[in-house]
Amino acid sequence: MTIPETHAVRHIVHLRVNGEAVVAEVEPRVTLLDYLRDRLRLTGAKKGCNEGACGTCTVLIDGKRMNGCLTLVVQCEGCEIITIEGIAGDGELHPVQQAFIRHDAFQCGYCTPGQILSAIACIAEGHAGSEDEVREWMSGNICRCAAYPQITASVLDAASAGKERN
Amino acid sequence: MSIGTARPRIEGTAKVTGAARYAADNYPDDMLFATTVGASVAHGRVAAIDLAAAMNAPGVVRVLTAGDMPALGKIAPPAAVLELPMQGDRIEWEGQPVALVLAETIEAAEEGASLVRVSIETRPAMVPGKGRLETPPDHFAKARETKGDVETGFHEADFSITNCYFQPSRHHNPMETSATVASWQGDHLTLWNAAQANLNAPVVLAAAFGIPKENIRSISPHTGGGFGCKGFVWPHELLAAAAAKIMNRPVRLQLTRAQQYSQVGHQPECRQTMTLGAKADGTLTAIRHEAINTTSASGLHFEAPGMASRGYYACENIEIEHQVEHIHTTQPTPMRAPVEGPGSWALESAMDEMAIALGIDPLDFRLKNYAETEPVDGKPWSSKKLREAYIEAAGVYGWRTRAERPRQDGVYAIGHGMGTAGMFCARFPGAARVRIQRDGGVIIEASANDIGTGNQTVYTLVAADTLGISPDRIGVRWGDTRYVATGPVYGSSHTMGTGSAVRVAVQEARRKLQLYGAKADGPLDLAELMRRANVEEIVGDGAWAMPDGAPASMNGNGTPYAMQTFGVTMVEIGVDRDLGVIRLRRAVARYSAGRIINPLTARSQMIGGIIWEWGKATMEASPIEPGHGRFLAKNLSNVAVPVNADIPSAIDVGFVDEFDEHASPIGARGIGELGSTGVAAAIANAVYDAVGIRVREVPILPAHIIDGLG
Repeated sequence: MTIPETHAVRHIVHLRVNGEAVVAEVEPRVTLLDYLRDRLRLTGAKKGCNEGACGTCTVLIDGKRMNGCLTLVVQCEGCEIITIEGIAGDGELHPVQQAFIRHDAFQCGYCTPGQILSAIACIAEGHAGSEDEVREWMSGNICRCAAYPQITASVLDAASAGKERN
Repeated sequence: MSIGTARPRIEGTAKVTGAARYAADNYPDDMLFATTVGASVAHGRVAAIDLAAAMNAPGVVRVLTAGDMPALGKIAPPAAVLELPMQGDRIEWEGQPVALVLAETIEAAEEGASLVRVSIETRPAMVPGKGRLETPPDHFAKARETKGDVETGFHEADFSITNCYFQPSRHHNPMETSATVASWQGDHLTLWNAAQANLNAPVVLAAAFGIPKENIRSISPHTGGGFGCKGFVWPHELLAAAAAKIMNRPVRLQLTRAQQYSQVGHQPECRQTMTLGAKADGTLTAIRHEAINTTSASGLHFEAPGMASRGYYACENIEIEHQVEHIHTTQPTPMRAPVEGPGSWALESAMDEMAIALGIDPLDFRLKNYAETEPVDGKPWSSKKLREAYIEAAGVYGWRTRAERPRQDGVYAIGHGMGTAGMFCARFPGAARVRIQRDGGVIIEASANDIGTGNQTVYTLVAADTLGISPDRIGVRWGDTRYVATGPVYGSSHTMGTGSAVRVAVQEARRKLQLYGAKADGPLDLAELMRRANVEEIVGDGAWAMPDGAPASMNGNGTPYAMQTFGVTMVEIGVDRDLGVIRLRRAVARYSAGRIINPLTARSQMIGGIIWEWGKATMEASPIEPGHGRFLAKNLSNVAVPVNADIPSAIDVGFVDEFDEHASPIGARGIGELGSTGVAAAIANAVYDAVGIRVREVPILPAHIIDGLG
């Protein structure tokens, strides 16, 4: 199905999503999360609280981890958006994805896309130097199944594997 | 042997790539977005609803109120709320749906909902402590239970203590809020539904809409956590289906986080009074366990915390009494862990207090009163290796040498605490089908959902073990009522039920293969056997039933055995005397839960259970504001739950080697809720050990510490 925009006032926004150019014609009130899910059908980004408290909707905007539910599409002119659907290489999972599987760092999986994108940014920011540091910098993403020790282990594991490659 | 080997979950790749589909990820053509408008007060009557402004909002298609709803048939459990939604004007809880806005976009639906004007004649609400008390009817637990005579027991005691223990109402808060997408094709209904039991919604919706339950297909391979709140069937599931019928268009209703607080249950507030009597040598002479839990105005939820005192310790005199208190609130519902979850909070705190009064080590006090048989009815246990769990945990933790270690680390006073874990054993029938393909590949089918417990991976390990092949050759189709109908993913029951059914189904297929030369035991070359059979597939159906064909068996009912799961958790915490902050430093837990099929996913469940209890013990509460009879906060910004920074990596969980042939043919009992028993008490006991303050209410907050230290 395609979703009609219902509001009289629309904006044209140019952005890139997972490497592809997208021209969005949206009402000013549409969040990036609802746009990705309802319009682009990139449903890997999940809605958990819709108020920036849980991190399930985390996506990368110009490389920074952001809550999709707190970002309006109209703020994204010229932005590069990466969602969970856009991080695996050809036929190979991203090292963080692999580490999450290896360490069993999820159960229900609903927070997992957000955790993984947050982890990728956490490593890129240089915030994966120790257990304590990872725990602190991964605390914007709630996991109610509480796979926290495994998530921490996955982030450290992927961070050190990345260092070896470099 | 595949059983017992650590195996990454089969749905792992789908979950890390975003490919795993949850209920609200489905968009059937022409779908409308729905949201509910909830009552703003806890008790009253809807006098009028003004829809004019809402209907003028661009994109709003329709707003449904009670007058628009079809007459629905009477519903029964597994419905959580027996009153049908939006069928009258009576308001019995804050947030109760009174209107449903349908729109072309979620933005328009939410704008429309904000414009619906509801006038309510408000009536005084019953709130906790001022509600109507009632002795509930027996269900799997009895409201009252007596063994021996507690008065005699207290008379024989050298010491007796009485204390009250409080826990507030709390919410499940799975990361996925409940969602239902409903689509009718004539008198057939398709649901994409966030559920722990795919079979439950069809039963209730069939009764409501007057159609055979076979006409309803429920598809929900992945559910984003449940913890109990997606077990029974809630009003939003009926509303989504009713709206789709009225509009003749598919409808999606995903609850907002705030709506989730009011519409799919919670664990009720529990007030417990524990009285223990013991001789100076540590022998328990009497246990009296009185418990009151809140429930909704017209529904009944009986939490049964006293069951802990029935099962944990040997004692000649036991008295258990339960009451419920009706208040104007959402219907409570089971939440990890019900029953012994609240019960162990009171009992295991009281056991620590008594051990200290007697001057006996808390571990020795528990070993002294070890229950060799079921304490009340004397039945032998199906299997119990709690003693081994105590000994192993104590060794790994260094329990016996804790006094030799430093009592202070920087600003933190160090405390050690322990609590026995124990959970009733719920078993449900299971069913599964196995298809052995022409190329030797194996497919297992069962209707059950994946809620994150790793059940589908368990099926592959059981099947691999039974066929003597690699689990790599086994696929699973699940999460759809088109597959063989099997039991729920709640009550810590699923591995026993469906895991056993997989065993039976595969054995059946294996018997059929004997025609083509398959051995009765040992590894099979399925490709070769299927080449000889020269058929498309060989199918095995398996079912695992309860004694006398019962729909469920609790604690071994219908068998000569008592069934329960057991364990112990030991925690080390730090308490900052100046700020009152409590930090978890490490935890060690060992469990007696039968055979563990997949140690990797089982470990994750137990770690999750301990962290869940850290939240209960130190953070979580959904208090009801007494003036308005509503939850004080209905969001994750103001209700604290554990985050990564709260949790150390040093959580060491393990299982005693065990095979329980009486509980299930695969030797398993249950684990899902076991890890969330006894831990809150262990934490309170550790707080006492650290700073000498006994806190008898959770969550234990900095204010308790600062006030206690004066």
